[in-house]
Amino acid sequence: MTFLATIGTFFLAFFEQSGRLSVFVGQTLAAMLRPPIYFRIIGQQIIRIGYFSLPVVALTSFFTGGALAIQIYYGGNQFNSEAIVSSIVALGITRELGPVLGGLMVAGRVSAAIAAEIGTMRVTEQIDALTTLSTNPHKYLVAPRVIAATICMPVLALVADIIGIFGGFVVGTQSFGFNAAIYVQRTINFLSVDDVTSGLIKAAVFGFIIAIMGCYNGYYSKGGAQGVGRATTNAVVSASILILAANYLMTALLFSA
Amino acid sequence: MTAKIALSDVHKSFGTKAVLRGVNLQVETGQSLVVIGGSGSGKSVMLKSILGLLTPDSGSIKIDGRETVGLARRGRADIDHQVGMLFQNGALFDSLPVWKNVAFRAIQNDGMNESDARDLAVDALKRVELGPELLDLSPAALSGGMHKRVGLARAIASKPEIIFFDEPTTGLDPIMTDVINHLIRNCVQELGSTTVTITHDMTSVRAIADKTALLYKGEIIWQGTTDELEGSDDPFLNQFINGLAHGPIEVEGQKLDSAASPIEAV
Ligand SMILES: Nc1ncnc2c1ncn2[C@@H]1O[C@H](COP(=O)(O)OP(=O)(O)OP(=O)(O)O)[C@@H](O)[C@H]1O
Ligand SMILES: [Mg+2]
Repeated sequence: MTFLATIGTFFLAFFEQSGRLSVFVGQTLAAMLRPPIYFRIIGQQIIRIGYFSLPVVALTSFFTGGALAIQIYYGGNQFNSEAIVSSIVALGITRELGPVLGGLMVAGRVSAAIAAEIGTMRVTEQIDALTTLSTNPHKYLVAPRVIAATICMPVLALVADIIGIFGGFVVGTQSFGFNAAIYVQRTINFLSVDDVTSGLIKAAVFGFIIAIMGCYNGYYSKGGAQGVGRATTNAVVSASILILAANYLMTALLFSA
Repeated sequence: MTAKIALSDVHKSFGTKAVLRGVNLQVETGQSLVVIGGSGSGKSVMLKSILGLLTPDSGSIKIDGRETVGLARRGRADIDHQVGMLFQNGALFDSLPVWKNVAFRAIQNDGMNESDARDLAVDALKRVELGPELLDLSPAALSGGMHKRVGLARAIASKPEIIFFDEPTTGLDPIMTDVINHLIRNCVQELGSTTVTITHDMTSVRAIADKTALLYKGEIIWQGTTDELEGSDDPFLNQFINGLAHGPIEVEGQKLDSAASPIEAV
């Protein structure tokens, strides 16, 4: 009996959460499409979300590209390694690691910051105050962050692609003595535009997820500082899991056809 | 004539805790209502229900004769536009400087330009006896009392038809309390606003109220004019306005009589 009750409670909570999240996403999409659109706030958020994430994303992808090159070099047979290392690094970074690792790093940084900010506004009644001042919080707070993150993530992913490939290049030319010109030539020849765009499409979706999960968890936080802390953790965890799940789905869709 | 604000049989619970249990209350246009009641009796919950920030479980809340319970966001916007609210804790936007807080509605909704908005803010701040040197400060840099007064300035800046004040004078010195009492009175007399004020301060009640309502155990158990307030022999009201620890009012479900003598209870 208690076992069934536990399962029941769990599923009720699950459906309540997903129902509320769907409504939240719906309201956000409506707010994004209908005026007023707060361009100045979108601009501020692009700086905060995109620009200030550049160092994190750049470092992550540089080291990942380098590590990938080492793994491929020692993992594969070292015959013809120059061709294999350059092509697999390029492919791995652009299709998967650039957008996914970039997304996860930005999730940690940005989802948390958004959830903490909006959560604090919730528990100090600033969101209520917005409403009474005739300003729709979905338009003023949520939509600008979601728009900014969705725009920024593909740009960050492109940066991650370039720096990740460069990381592989540095390891290849410095540690394994590959010829620089040939390495670059092989990378360019091997990569197709689709490899890069598929990664950028993924990144846009990840950006949407990151901002939505930050806003959603902050918006529904309650109970003071502790509640805001919980919202922050939940935002990062749920954004990260959703990014990985969405990545799987999109990979299946984009590459099986 | 229909009342400006009319609550009938409003119920609101949080989980198993019933906070409002059938509130009936009317405020006429241009009237100043003061709501008194013990801490935790649901005064703020009542205000937030009228504002549409909380949805009552049942009952009706009408503003200008129009039902607001269950109203969609767009219908609500018409009402919000004519309403000002001072939150108990100020609720200033801490990401914006003082002047953008005070002129928020004018900037966001009416697209007012920067210099007009600053003038508006200077004006509103002057009414709460704050100088223009605060304009560019962040709310975090204000003292508690200043914070509250900036909140007040924001609530009255757009000269709304209905203004709610949730404890406007708590945390202010006696002189400033008097200033704020006059300010609220002026809103009613000069702007013709309808105001609902929550307060624990009986001097404020006498200074502000056209009508006073006592909220106790989720219901309005007494209401009347200030004269009636002084002359009343209602035991609950007397205990409250005279600030007596002993009387019929129970705190946290426990009679203060017995709570005051815990040793005997053991
Ligand atoms: N969002 C909420 N969730 C759960 N309980 C709440 C919520 N808001 C208020 N309550 C409860 O409702 C009761 C009334 O709260 P309210 O804030 O209205 O009191 P109040 O009359 O304004 O008191 P005070 O004079 O101290 O401000 C309290 O017991 C409080 O715990
Ligand atoms: Mg209160």
